[in-house]
Amino acid sequence: MNQTMFDKIWNQHVIEGQPGEPQLIYVDLHLLHEVTSPQAFEGLREAGRKVRRTDKTFATMDHNVPTEDIFNVKDAISRKQIETLGQNAKEFGVRLAGMGDERQGIIHVIGPQLGLTQPGMVIVCGDSHTATHGAFGSIAFGIGTSEVEHVLATQTIWQTKPKTMGIHVHGKMPAGVYAKDIIMGIIAREGVAFGTGYGAEFYGDTIEAMSMEERMTLCNMAIEGGAKMGSVRPDQTTFDYVAGREYAPKDMAKAIAYWQQFYTDSEDAFDRIIDFDVSELAPFVSWGTNPGMAVPIDQPFPAIKNADDQKAYDYVGLQPGETADQIPIQYVFFGSCTNGRLSDLKIAANILKGHHIADGVTALVVPGSRTIKHEAEKLGIDQIFKAAGCDWREPGCSACLGMNPDQVPAGMHCASTSNRNFEGRQGAGSKTHLASPAMVAAAAIHGHFIDIRKEAI
Amino acid sequence: MEPITVINGTSVPLMKDNIDTDQLIPKQFLKNILKVGYGQHLFYDWRYQENGQPNPDFILNRPDRQGASILVVGDNFGCGSSREHAVWALKDYGFKVVIAGGYSDIFYMNSTKNGFLAIILPKEQRDILAAAPADAVITVDLPNQVVEYDGYRFEFDIDPLWKHKFVNGLDDIAITMGYEDEIEAYEARMPSFN
Repeated sequence: MNQTMFDKIWNQHVIEGQPGEPQLIYVDLHLLHEVTSPQAFEGLREAGRKVRRTDKTFATMDHNVPTEDIFNVKDAISRKQIETLGQNAKEFGVRLAGMGDERQGIIHVIGPQLGLTQPGMVIVCGDSHTATHGAFGSIAFGIGTSEVEHVLATQTIWQTKPKTMGIHVHGKMPAGVYAKDIIMGIIAREGVAFGTGYGAEFYGDTIEAMSMEERMTLCNMAIEGGAKMGSVRPDQTTFDYVAGREYAPKDMAKAIAYWQQFYTDSEDAFDRIIDFDVSELAPFVSWGTNPGMAVPIDQPFPAIKNADDQKAYDYVGLQPGETADQIPIQYVFFGSCTNGRLSDLKIAANILKGHHIADGVTALVVPGSRTIKHEAEKLGIDQIFKAAGCDWREPGCSACLGMNPDQVPAGMHCASTSNRNFEGRQGAGSKTHLASPAMVAAAAIHGHFIDIRKEAI
Repeated sequence: MEPITVINGTSVPLMKDNIDTDQLIPKQFLKNILKVGYGQHLFYDWRYQENGQPNPDFILNRPDRQGASILVVGDNFGCGSSREHAVWALKDYGFKVVIAGGYSDIFYMNSTKNGFLAIILPKEQRDILAAAPADAVITVDLPNQVVEYDGYRFEFDIDPLWKHKFVNGLDDIAITMGYEDEIEAYEARMPSFN
């Protein structure tokens, strides 16, 4: 019988249980951060249990970390979570990229960057954007804190195998259109729950032409369509990215041969297939309060179809029939595990170069990791952002979810390269508009979104 | 974990789709290192006004809806962030069961780990439950997999393994540790690339 990559990796990792039932799956890489791990470590301590495989576990602080002065954590409980992870890592022998460490950053950015993330793996983390790591051809998904404790203690997890969905993405990406627009376009068309119960694999000529960073953006937001896991078949682009990194395999030839056994046999192995042609795709902007409430830049906001739409319009203070260029942008956020990588910062900087952000706009640039920050500084990218009037910060999750002091003030419209536009996501009363780094950079300059395909920056 | 068998309780209807975990428990209340105390912040942004006073229009604040243990909601409940705090907040508030059209996969797994029953019923049946008066008692009978109210009888599905754990209040980690030999054997088979 034909199998998908997902089926093959899954089956390789089953320790106990039958298909259709919860199965005990082995975990190759467990990533930790300070918000969803303290109760898990406390549970281990209470039960007198150890971390079973410290060599398959890696931790960092990202959600709470201040981006101005990382060591000045003013919020007492943020500080406590950060300190608690440091103590837990030490007590249980877990590897940690701690506060100020060169390797510190958003957990989904540093996993790939350190070579921890590899094809063929099962990867979990107490964070829904773990789907990001699927870009390497792994099964990667977010888990809750009880599951974090379970994985720490046993290096395994009970899961019922999801169905598989193939997302066929094809066509040449038009200028001004990016991976972010593809995933936003898919979710806008299919809804925020189309992937629930599925593990998704993106494939097609568009995907094959993508860099690893673009593939990560795509898989990162699979969860916003309900798919707990998004993945891409590993190819030479993947192998070249992994090779030579700190935790990458030493014997790459052997590793590649192993990884290549997991390829999807043929399309008919998927339980469901979605087709998405990008050749006519336009840049997307979200108008509402979930990532599916988004339109192409050249289309008006939709009519109100139900109570949820009404509630969303009431919250954001926009009207059906208006267009994205009418949103008054007062705040701009560059960063997050979706679009906080070096290529994203380069794209934004290219647009900002020689320009200044509009009067009354506050713009924050938060690199996904300290390594990215330093690489960007070496290239002079920080200078471009600063000259344009942006605030260049230390790495972390920052204003994507505002657990640190980086919050969008109530009532303000924020053009954001992040992944969620839920009510209050970036701060109580904040209004988030998701878009690609290029679109957000152009919005920063103009104080409103523009169609970057048509208008001069 | 406390076993769950038959739950008799009053209900709160909140028939909105896509209720995300940011609404169930906003991020400012994740800053804790305990598993308890989140109930007071459940649905915070809907439940409280800007001045911190309870919003009298929100159903959870109505006097006749106090003490409810059954939450009846729309589709795709618990989408968004993986925060288990969402389940802890529902439980800590006093809810014992939620009845939805469907759940995000992560929320559902989190519910199974915390002895919080998440049931799926079709919209026609939930509409009947959502119309129940505030003082009406709804019965959720897990062993028999049925929800009963006012002469109605709605059967629901649940995976036998999850049901077994709920009914017996079993701890997952202890169960898994029974497979130590199998886990070790698996590890011995794993390839090394170094």
